[in-house]
Amino acid sequence: MSPQPYSTLKGFGVTFKQIFKKPITQQYPEFKRPVYPRFRGRHRLWMHANGLEKCVGCSLCAAACPADCIRVVPAENTPDNRVSAGERYARIYEINMSRCIFCGYCELACPFDAITLGNEFELSEYNRDDQIYTKDMLLAAPVKRTPVADPVLYDTPIPFYKTDS
Amino acid sequence: MTEPWWISIIKAIVMVNVVLVGFAYLTWLERKLLGRMQLRYGPNRAGPFGLLQPFADLVKLVRKEAFAPSSAIGIPYILAPIIAAFTAIAAFSVIPFGPGWTVHGWRINGVVANVSIGLLLIFALGSVGIYGFIVGGWSSESKYSILGSMRTCAQLVSYEVSLALSVLGVVILGRSLNLSEIVHRQGEVLPFVIPQFVGMVIFFIGGIAETSRAPFDLPEAEQELVAGYHTEYSGIRWGLFQMAEYINLITLSALLVTLFFSGWHGPWGLGPLWFFLKLFGALSVFIWLRATMPRLRYDQLMRFGWKVLLPVATINAVVTALVVVWV
Repeated sequence: MSPQPYSTLKGFGVTFKQIFKKPITQQYPEFKRPVYPRFRGRHRLWMHANGLEKCVGCSLCAAACPADCIRVVPAENTPDNRVSAGERYARIYEINMSRCIFCGYCELACPFDAITLGNEFELSEYNRDDQIYTKDMLLAAPVKRTPVADPVLYDTPIPFYKTDS
Repeated sequence: MTEPWWISIIKAIVMVNVVLVGFAYLTWLERKLLGRMQLRYGPNRAGPFGLLQPFADLVKLVRKEAFAPSSAIGIPYILAPIIAAFTAIAAFSVIPFGPGWTVHGWRINGVVANVSIGLLLIFALGSVGIYGFIVGGWSSESKYSILGSMRTCAQLVSYEVSLALSVLGVVILGRSLNLSEIVHRQGEVLPFVIPQFVGMVIFFIGGIAETSRAPFDLPEAEQELVAGYHTEYSGIRWGLFQMAEYINLITLSALLVTLFFSGWHGPWGLGPLWFFLKLFGALSVFIWLRATMPRLRYDQLMRFGWKVLLPVATINAVVTALVVVWV
């Protein structure tokens, strides 16, 4: 008594029963799966509480970047135009998001904690040119579209700025 | 009372449109049903329940760049999808979908073309449709296309033999090759699936192979031959090949319903409604098969067609003939 026709017919029963079960697809825009707090998403440049930028234009992040997507052009801080909290500031700071691999090396390389990677990953644009993020875009708070999982559940102490990025 | 010529023309136009809309929504049904069987939603973004998905697909195909390989042979390359699609739609013209009505003194037949050798016509058109696939693959001048089209056509030709033999039993029982006559006799006697169950199974399996559906779809499986005979086609030309394939599926399901499940017969006299419900059931079974069974390897496929299906079909025809003559 070969098992073959019986097992094929049982297979038909399985696919038939699946029609009536609820599909396991997560419908994306209506349901967004929360990311972990340390998820590496869109970059953010930070400022001190007194309004001075933390970034001094040292280009360590540009040197560390494996994809070579950060462009830093520094300039001197003058007494009447003091932008950052050091001797120089980043006059031009651009990240090409279409080349960034979101590895986080720039965040690790920065000695001033000026750049961190936040949790936003929904970064689609209609043009390639819009994918080059300027300093103003990076300084601004991102549009919060991605739900983040509760950091209290994770027992690693998380620095204060992560909860806000 | 014969049908006036202008009613025939109107009916032909209506049936062609019904078949084309049916093809569009068959693609919708297939994607939704296949998705549900695989525990996922089918398309559900283009309109409620994805009902506008066929239109989205059509717009996409029309707007695609209709490239052709530079070494493709001009006229056969363009003609191949046209032949395939034309014969597929033409084969639907002899399928009866109703008993025929008399309205205001004018007769409306239940078929578009009441041909006395309707069944033979369908097989003949199917064979001419194979030319579309051969010529398409060959004129593309590409190795994948030629291999795919040779495999497809060998498979189609092999299973066509078993298909034609499997309906011999029905022809003997129905005393005619005219499809309307066969349906009438099924209404008087009983649906031919009961005396001809083996014939129905052979017809069904042969039909799956004839339309290159899973589990017999090796010639066009993406993992095997890129896309077989329609590799070098894009845009609406590929759409025509898909149309030919799906309309062949519709025609074959309609033939299954007509020959074995008594066509448009059903309680309360709503002929066409019962026909379409049965057609829907047959198409759902084809889709169910696609979701369930793994693909047959090509040599297993050919061996099955010639060494198993053909002898069984022949024996079925012989036994039916013997029983009918001596009983």
